[in-house]
Amino acid sequence: MSGFLTLLRKELLRFWKVAFQTVAAPILTAALYLLVFSHVLEAHVQVYPGVSYTAFLVPGLAMMSLLQNAFANTSSSLIQSKITGNIVFVLLTPLSHAELYWAYICAAVVRGVMVGAGVFAVTLITGPVPLPHPLWAAAFAVLGGGILGALGLIAGIWADKFDQLAAFQNFVIVPLTFLSGVFYSVHSLPPFWQAASHLNPFFYMIDGFRYGFFGVSDIAPLTGLCIVGATFGGLSFVSLRLLRSGWKLRS
Amino acid sequence: MTPAIEVSGLGKRYGGVQALDGVDLEVAQGEFFALLGPNGAGKTTLISILAGLARPDRGEARVMGHHVVRDYRAARRALGVVPQELVFDPFFTVRETLRIQSGYFGLTHNDAWIDEILDHLDLTAKANANMRTLSGGMKRRVLVAQALVHRPPVIILDEPTAGVDVELRQGLWAFIRRLNQAGHTIVLTTHYLEEAETLCSRVAMLKSGRVVALDTTANLLAGLSGVHLKVRLEPDRLPEALRARALPVSGGLQVIALERAALVADALAALRAEGIQVLDVQLEQPDLEEAFLRLVGREERAA
Repeated sequence: MSGFLTLLRKELLRFWKVAFQTVAAPILTAALYLLVFSHVLEAHVQVYPGVSYTAFLVPGLAMMSLLQNAFANTSSSLIQSKITGNIVFVLLTPLSHAELYWAYICAAVVRGVMVGAGVFAVTLITGPVPLPHPLWAAAFAVLGGGILGALGLIAGIWADKFDQLAAFQNFVIVPLTFLSGVFYSVHSLPPFWQAASHLNPFFYMIDGFRYGFFGVSDIAPLTGLCIVGATFGGLSFVSLRLLRSGWKLRS
Repeated sequence: MTPAIEVSGLGKRYGGVQALDGVDLEVAQGEFFALLGPNGAGKTTLISILAGLARPDRGEARVMGHHVVRDYRAARRALGVVPQELVFDPFFTVRETLRIQSGYFGLTHNDAWIDEILDHLDLTAKANANMRTLSGGMKRRVLVAQALVHRPPVIILDEPTAGVDVELRQGLWAFIRRLNQAGHTIVLTTHYLEEAETLCSRVAMLKSGRVVALDTTANLLAGLSGVHLKVRLEPDRLPEALRARALPVSGGLQVIALERAALVADALAALRAEGIQVLDVQLEQPDLEEAFLRLVGREERAA
């Protein structure tokens, strides 16, 4: 247990020591999105009846930031440790595969939730944001952070160079987050793209998270939670198998 | 008593390279043991398998009786490894690094021992310095400290003195010798024969993934104490008396292997007695590579 706690603490310190880059910067980025999009689109777009576009945008932006930073935490930690070689300090220890996995995932969720909460806090400046179902929002936040943490772990173990990781982030993670309904409801899309969106796990995370704010969602929240939970379960299974096999970490 | 290290039939292939090819080895508790061999001999692969950084294709390895794959947690608790590369985590200070490493082994209140290691390794003044700011020699000492936080009974040092200045090397060896006297089993890999000579009680020589010699240091050195006498002769032929000692001609020079430097005078006298003129003389200590060749030859003759 204490080995797990040590690795978790180390992973938390790793981003917290440079919190200006790892927490403050993504909050600022999200605030800029909000400022520009809400200003331009507020008068033209209404996604849910009675919900202003700015209010609609807040949970999506918070969740998008959460997801991207959860991914960044595990992936950057692993690639840095691999490239500098200090991953050996973890590999030489009696830490089990599960301890290793959960320490990295928990740290990723913590950073994601900190950034997401920060975005939420900043948006409160623009006016009160309702949160009638906080537990639903929390469940999707934690599972979404876990999914992206696991994806980051797999990508970080797979990548041999920073540019491979950047490619994974730019060509997989960013498109999936952007096309998940952060800026629109998928119901406003043509049928083909609506169907395509339902294959995107990010859609369910954002949609379910938004349910916590408005009590309205494109998919029933329980269905969404099951899909997101199953995705996390599947990714955890794969990650643990990879760690056990020593893939790319132990020769 | 359980051997500190027990390796049997260990094989490991990387792509087309057979890094280890059936290694059997046993190191008793309390030994100061050296693994010698040229680059690519398989020393680091062997250590990596013991440490769980690599998996064997065949064979088994145990540390203090614990199977390194099946019972990896117990095996790793029994082992401290000082890696060859100067690696560090730039986010942390020396003390943080050692506390984190202790925590990985489940040790949460380890400051008294950490202070003791810092003191022994002359790092106390740098305890709160960031790892980035340390010199190479200091980083090396922190690596040693990291390997010791959990008081492992077996300590493996992979080329611990590579790139370390002479003064530090002496200090490091004094400390490691003390650990050995305190009962720790020490295994080190090195290129430097003289390090093994002064420190280690037993030596294994690896070549191309096989153990080519395994003996006490004293016995091995007895076989390595010779010199090579290289001479340019006129006429260019060796007298009958020296032909048994002849090695292949190198750079136009005849090479004569002698067991002791004192035999040089006799060899020159034998040449003079035949009326052969000596135009050029060089004396060489056999290097490790040649020592190997001789050892391999001896093994084959013995077999």
